[in-house]
Amino acid sequence: MKRPGDIEERSIALFLLGLLLFSPLVMRIFDRGADVTVFGIPLLFAYVFLAWALVILILALVVERLRPDGDEPPEAGPPEAGPPENA
Amino acid sequence: MIAGWFLVATSLAYLSLLFAIAYWADRRADAGRSVIANPYIYALSIGVYATAWTFYGSVGRAASTGLGFLPVYIGPTLMFVLGWIVLLKMIRISKVHRITTIADFISSRYGKSHLLGGLVTIMAVIGMVPYIALQLKAVSTSFNVLLHYPHVTAEGPSGFAVIGDTALWVAILMAAFAILFGTRHIDATEHHEGMVAAIAFESVVKLIAFLSVGLFVTYGMFDGFGDLFSRAAEVPEMRELMTTAALDADWLALTFLSMTAIICLTRQFQVIVVENVHERHLIKAMWLLPLYLLLINIFVLPIAFGGLLRFPDGSVDADTFVLALPMAEQYPGLALFAFIGGLSAATGMVIVATVAISTMICNDLVMPGLLRFAWLHLSERRDLSGLLLNIRRGAIGLILLLGYLYFLLIGEAYALVAIGLVSFAAAAQWAPALIIGMYWKTASRRGALAGISAGFLIWTYTLLLPSFARSGYLPEGFIEFGPFGIELLKPYALFGLEGLNSISHSLFWSLLANVGLYVGVSLLDRQSTIERLQATLFVDVFRQGGADTATMYGTVSATDLRDVAERFLGREHTEEAFAEYARLRGRALDLNANADGDLVQFVERRLAGAIGAASARVMIGSTVKGEGVSVDAIMQILDETSQVLKYSRQLEQKSWELELATSELKAANKRLTELDHLKDDFLSTVTHELRTPLTSIRSFSEILHDTPDLDVAERQHFLSIVIRESERLTRLINQVLDLTKIETGRMDWQMSDVDVRDVINHAVTALKQLFDEKGIGLEVNLPADLPPVRGDRDQLIQLAINLLSNAEKFCPEGKGRVVVDLAPGNRFLTVSIADNGPGIPEDQQQLIFEKFHQVRGGNTGNPMGSGLGLAICRGIVEHLGGRIWVRSRPGHGATFYFTVPFAHS
Repeated sequence: MKRPGDIEERSIALFLLGLLLFSPLVMRIFDRGADVTVFGIPLLFAYVFLAWALVILILALVVERLRPDGDEPPEAGPPEAGPPENA
Repeated sequence: MIAGWFLVATSLAYLSLLFAIAYWADRRADAGRSVIANPYIYALSIGVYATAWTFYGSVGRAASTGLGFLPVYIGPTLMFVLGWIVLLKMIRISKVHRITTIADFISSRYGKSHLLGGLVTIMAVIGMVPYIALQLKAVSTSFNVLLHYPHVTAEGPSGFAVIGDTALWVAILMAAFAILFGTRHIDATEHHEGMVAAIAFESVVKLIAFLSVGLFVTYGMFDGFGDLFSRAAEVPEMRELMTTAALDADWLALTFLSMTAIICLTRQFQVIVVENVHERHLIKAMWLLPLYLLLINIFVLPIAFGGLLRFPDGSVDADTFVLALPMAEQYPGLALFAFIGGLSAATGMVIVATVAISTMICNDLVMPGLLRFAWLHLSERRDLSGLLLNIRRGAIGLILLLGYLYFLLIGEAYALVAIGLVSFAAAAQWAPALIIGMYWKTASRRGALAGISAGFLIWTYTLLLPSFARSGYLPEGFIEFGPFGIELLKPYALFGLEGLNSISHSLFWSLLANVGLYVGVSLLDRQSTIERLQATLFVDVFRQGGADTATMYGTVSATDLRDVAERFLGREHTEEAFAEYARLRGRALDLNANADGDLVQFVERRLAGAIGAASARVMIGSTVKGEGVSVDAIMQILDETSQVLKYSRQLEQKSWELELATSELKAANKRLTELDHLKDDFLSTVTHELRTPLTSIRSFSEILHDTPDLDVAERQHFLSIVIRESERLTRLINQVLDLTKIETGRMDWQMSDVDVRDVINHAVTALKQLFDEKGIGLEVNLPADLPPVRGDRDQLIQLAINLLSNAEKFCPEGKGRVVVDLAPGNRFLTVSIADNGPGIPEDQQQLIFEKFHQVRGGNTGNPMGSGLGLAICRGIVEHLGGRIWVRSRPGHGATFYFTVPFAHS
């Protein structure tokens, strides 16, 4: 069962998650100075890039999984009722 | 040393490649095989966001603030997370209304306002010129750095005479490209295939170039990330960069700023919205663009730290690390590649931005102006499409010239990032009107004007003027002590708001004023009809078929419309368009007839693509006589209201029906309660009536049982009472059964023709003994000739017996007298039975026919019967189709009447 409304809801949830992940407060949690490292990379740097990659991954899953099979986005009718956009 | 001529030749060769790609893509598009109609090219073209600023400036910023370079890329990621909600709507609206620039978008949303469109255009020019200057500066700087190979230096312009000013040549080449591939068609909604293809190619080049340098630094100069970071961690200053302490206080401000920038920057609007071939491409681009930004940023930190480690004395500007590191390590090829990458980033940005801004200047600034000057007789000139193209070409040249001048005069004063952010902050002023306007219908033209102007003024005051001051074009004291020494008005600490970075500070004040006025004025404003229409069309774009209903309404012939279109679109395009219209409508166009609303709208939208919505409206308005809003348009506005009304009517109907059902239910319930009550009454009465005989039977049986020596006479007497009471009990039960049968319709009626005289005689015979015993005189008057009635004989006898015995019961003993009369009427026979008993009070005359109603009071006090007799009588009479009633005056006896229909009637 396709539920196109899910894309909107999940987008907003993911947006809020992104805000949280990149908020200075949460970043401060992962700020352990130069000595705590992951594979030689300071934890803070590793965290920021992994969190970024995570957001992109989830975003890709959300839009690719939930997108309707058809060519058009869910709410779309023909782009124009009258003439098409290309002459 | 890399020879100057070699560098120039390489750059030229690369730019020629771009021209070739663009040319090839345009040819493919003309042949109907578009290269840009796929999501990957689309996503890569949006990568134009990463400019020379990213390419060189990010490293510079990372070298001074650690992660501080990142919000500029986190912001777009977050905005693209919302792509399905925000970008899709923007794209849809723009496609429906053939919007070609952000100025057009905002002007259309607020009632096709020329003023707003012009304001946004002027802001775009003022805001973007520094950004273009920044790109020129980047190219020029990188060129000079490379010229000094292998000496890494931060020196400024060299004495290379032939090249003279690199930036000027770069600007000229870019202008040529933009003119060639950005102004091919007059209808700006046609995609610039060549330009987009070239931009996408450049995105690939700059990504690979940057990754190559990054890999080289990380794995060539150092032994991977671990080695690089651990060596950096040994230097205290660099340790500092690896913590959040190094971040600017304006992390949040920059994130927000770049969120708005990714859609508000003119070039981003151009590639995301205008160049979008198909909405579905957005789906892939939504995650591909953030991924692109992630990739191009992975090596920013390693390059920054590598540069700081390699040039510890600070002799090399961090903005040039990308070039300087390969140079210092004697890798001229890689350095050249990095230069090409930077060139890609710069040219991509400049080309798209100039094309976008030139369209804005032409459609939202020049055309409205020209159309107003009646003396130009513009609306009478035949072919204006050439003029339009030339205006755009001129605008492109002008913008690049301005950019070059800005670079010459001011550019040297600023780091790359600072200039970029100033431009971002200008574009952010459009965000409220743009984004909120897509969701909030009440937002009005005056609100948007007030908000944007206020934001723009504050931006000018807090960012632009200080940048002049820093470059020495205004006294330095302006920044330090405020204008005329007024401390409260210091541009970097307005009203005493200290301690913020200049960007955060400006953003706070400008957006505060912007959003505040935008919302406030909108709330107090009254929208005009066209504003309200456009607002509805924008906000509800997914709900409508997308028809632009703000059509002019009036009379104009199709020929006139075609002439107007021809002037701006050219003869060929116009004929194509009209042919297409005819094909869509499925019938040939009658050029002499008056154009209908559809055609007017079609032409207006076509023109909007060429000269902007506001100008198109003016153009059509001057052609169509008797402008007004069409009935359709009004209907559309009303539609929503009428929908609401319809729903409310339906609701009303429903609630009325509910009410009806409720009252029916209530009535039914009341009836049921009554019946229930009656049943209870009936039961209690029946049990009461049954108990009386049962009690006496039981008491006498007990006496007989307990006293065996009772004498015979007494025993006989007691037994006779028992028998009599038993009989009474049987009678009562029979009556109850009869009544129930009658009431529930289960009585077995034997209908036949009955002679009532026979019935009366039968009853009289049965009761003769009783009457004689009580000494009651009985007089029966039977007519000699009587037609038969229709009924059940047994039941009629029962009826007569009941009424006679009733009369007998109430007659005084000895002098009682009962008279039976038969009075044949037209259709009914009326039988009356009169007695001379105590009579029945007026108020009881109806009630006695109810079950168990006994006439009490009077002198007897005791009930004289079961109270079922008369109820049964009524049941029988009513079933036979007659009526029963009583007439009586207390003290003068009572007469019972009943009617039965004759058989023949």
